[in-house]
Amino acid sequence: MTANWTIDGVKEALATKKVSARELTADFYAQIKAKNPELNAFLTLSPERARRQTDRIDALVAGAKALPPLAGVPVAVKDVISTRGIKTTCGSKILQNYIPPYDATAVERLEAAGAVILGKTNCDEFAMGSSNENSAYGPVKNPLSTDRVPGGSSGGSAAVVAAGLAVASLGTDTGGSIRQPGSFCGIPAMMGSYGRVSRYGLIAFASSLDRIGPFANNVKDVAAILEVIAGRDPHDSTSTTAAVPDYRGELGKPVEGLRLGIPKEYFGQGMDMGVRKKIEAGIEVFKKLGCELVEIRMPHTDYAIAAYYIIATAEASSNLARYDGVRYGLRVDDEALLSMYRKTRGAGFGAEVKRRIVLGTYVLSAGYYDAYYLKGQKVRSLIAQDFRDAFIKVDAILTPTSPVPPFKLGERTDDPLQMYLADIYTVTGSLAGVPGISVPCGKIDRRLPVGLQIFGPAFGEARVLQLAHAFELAGGATL
Amino acid sequence: MKISREDVLRVAELAYLDLSEDELQRYRAQIDEILEYIGKLNELDTSHVEPMAQVLSDDQTADATLREDLIVPCAVAEDVLKHAPDPEPPYFRVPKVIER
Repeated sequence: MTANWTIDGVKEALATKKVSARELTADFYAQIKAKNPELNAFLTLSPERARRQTDRIDALVAGAKALPPLAGVPVAVKDVISTRGIKTTCGSKILQNYIPPYDATAVERLEAAGAVILGKTNCDEFAMGSSNENSAYGPVKNPLSTDRVPGGSSGGSAAVVAAGLAVASLGTDTGGSIRQPGSFCGIPAMMGSYGRVSRYGLIAFASSLDRIGPFANNVKDVAAILEVIAGRDPHDSTSTTAAVPDYRGELGKPVEGLRLGIPKEYFGQGMDMGVRKKIEAGIEVFKKLGCELVEIRMPHTDYAIAAYYIIATAEASSNLARYDGVRYGLRVDDEALLSMYRKTRGAGFGAEVKRRIVLGTYVLSAGYYDAYYLKGQKVRSLIAQDFRDAFIKVDAILTPTSPVPPFKLGERTDDPLQMYLADIYTVTGSLAGVPGISVPCGKIDRRLPVGLQIFGPAFGEARVLQLAHAFELAGGATL
Repeated sequence: MKISREDVLRVAELAYLDLSEDELQRYRAQIDEILEYIGKLNELDTSHVEPMAQVLSDDQTADATLREDLIVPCAVAEDVLKHAPDPEPPYFRVPKVIER
């Protein structure tokens, strides 16, 4: 019963009393109970909170009141996003018992719009990873192919939607952590512009890069969720006052005549042949839709991974200084304060997090700051300039989301640099602050999903969604 | 070699991070490889490029820097302390601070 629910479908079923919010949610929990032991995609379920919300929605239905936009829609939230009263671990041992005293703004807005929060999803520890294998609570399996990773770091949020265990979910994207798992699990997944969605309550990894965004089974639902969570929030000074458009209303606008840039640098070596074929077929779809394809150059693309891993680790080393065993989370006792800090952090953080703290502290440390951190920030300027230059010539940019299809569990865990290189097509947009979506673009051997990435200019989400929607309607997912 | 064993020890100390001997050796080698890769940034002449710390332009954040100073309720202290590792309301208790 849970498969194929859409936001509109849920609303229709509630309004016509085919199902109650309580029944629908109970049905999703039954599916979760059946499938989650294998997938390991949910870490914590929140049935009591869900029950309070379904009671509210069912009361609205009983009173024949107007239903809010996401009424009764079962959703899941990545475990780096704070939920009041619901355990939020960030996939880390250091927060294994942490219960936030407040909700993230995005969560508050989802619930105010009628969504039912089913629980929290597994992810790489502190969102650091590209395969979900860095979770302290075990890896998530890709529901389309259980010997494969679901992508990361928002692997759980992608997997639950792809497996029909939630209608939509929230993930976070710092260098590709929404778009890449969306690609690996064969569903649309969107990162809005930096500043589009409030980060309040998002547990910080790299503050100048972190963004919250939606996963859903179709582009229209992605648009609906983004519309609800976007907009100014006084609690996040980097959230902008720019008006939130009616994204769903804009979806049907024609894409004919739009100019789409194909950057040569995104089709170089290291790209899987199967991925290349699907993306080329995807680009042909846009041609048939009447878009004009323009070959463009983005000359600093090849430097993005290096700049990204300086900036992201530097910011992480600073943000993660707060885990000291004093105010929340794990404490490993010691007689002296400083050795309590060292032991707590040494025992509480996993390997990837420690590696990044060491690297980030190093690039910020005296004598290395200019050579690494400052250099990384300057190269970030060049990458942002590549995007500004491109958007003078074109309305949007088409690229693959990932150079490779979902890889096997365990295949890349021994080589951090190889894992970082999996983010090669996504980190550019993260550094530049522009919006990007990954839309399904067929499956290799009918089994391994490929995602096509569409970048738009800053605050050009409506255009990005329009293109993704047109692509989806034209059969992009079945190429 | 870009990063030495002593560098890793120094940085781990700055970050208050206990590392085992095995971790020390493994991270040194892995970070060395990552820094080697990062070295490609030196192919770019950035002497006339401004560093970019964040993406928002001034007009997008102008209102944020000049907000009203309003008092808003924030009654979470009890809740926060309840989940602390060693609370002694209204304080967090920590081990004795000994001179380094």
